[in-house]
Amino acid sequence: MDALEKRLLDDFQRDFPLVPEPYAEIARRLGTDEATVIATLERFREAGVISRVGAVFRPHRAGASTLAAMAVPEDRLQEVADLVSAYEAVNHNYEREHRFNLWFVVTGADDAAVRAVLDDIAGRTGLEVLDLPMIEDYHLDLGFPLQWT
Amino acid sequence: MDLTLLSEPDLRLIAAVQRGLPLTSRPYRDIGRRIGMDESEVIAAVRRLLELRVINRLGVVVRHHELGYTANAMVAWDIPDDQVAEVGRCMGSFEFVTLCYRRERRPPAWPYNLYCMVHGREREAVMAQVDHLARACGLDEMPRAVLFSGRRFKQRGAVYRDDPDRESAA
Repeated sequence: MDALEKRLLDDFQRDFPLVPEPYAEIARRLGTDEATVIATLERFREAGVISRVGAVFRPHRAGASTLAAMAVPEDRLQEVADLVSAYEAVNHNYEREHRFNLWFVVTGADDAAVRAVLDDIAGRTGLEVLDLPMIEDYHLDLGFPLQWT
Repeated sequence: MDLTLLSEPDLRLIAAVQRGLPLTSRPYRDIGRRIGMDESEVIAAVRRLLELRVINRLGVVVRHHELGYTANAMVAWDIPDDQVAEVGRCMGSFEFVTLCYRRERRPPAWPYNLYCMVHGREREAVMAQVDHLARACGLDEMPRAVLFSGRRFKQRGAVYRDDPDRESAA
């Protein structure tokens, strides 16, 4: 990556210009022209380096959700993971390296709906499901500085 | 912010910018044409949604995995309840921390109450960041568990719910 490409990825993860010609404004700050900025962003998008130029939203506060964790015997992990992923209410499901090795997010209209999904999973698998609801969010998403070395 | 309090034009705008700004000379004008707003109205509405913090940030959304950031760890800490808010704000202020939440404990199996997500190109880098975080926020003696991610069985961001490019939220 050249210096222009790195700055394009690093410097504009937030505070994108709110002016009629934002890519021309970015070009002005980077000492290049609008066509180069647009072409470079198009190339990044095609290569999958960026997903988009756009808005990142705060998590939706309406409805209920929780983080759940299970300690699944290794030889059952794929089977249990597939069972969990099949629920419409589950929208992330990851393996993590720990005795608690399956982590997923459950969402629903209210707490009772979320609880019902957790109970159903526990009942069908015969395994305990930890319910870890959020109390407070401390994070401000300001983008992510990249390290190029 | 409850999205049900937003106006119909705001909701249309959110749906339009969520998929991304067009890579054209006048992206706000072009979005406005799709949803029946003029360019200055689109810019004003985006500014308002940023101020309300409905939109967290507007800009380039980088896919870290594709740039080689393949190591990521969820770090869970056991912090005394009367210190957790202060520590959480300390951790959440670091740019390399991409999520930071307080959650209910489930002792004895799971005594931890504060979570943060750290991304890096390799494990050693992630562990160094975690050590740095522990020192900076005065947590050297605090019990913690570092859980590197393995297989991704399902990743789907619901509309408005969370960012599909990010790890997890709840």
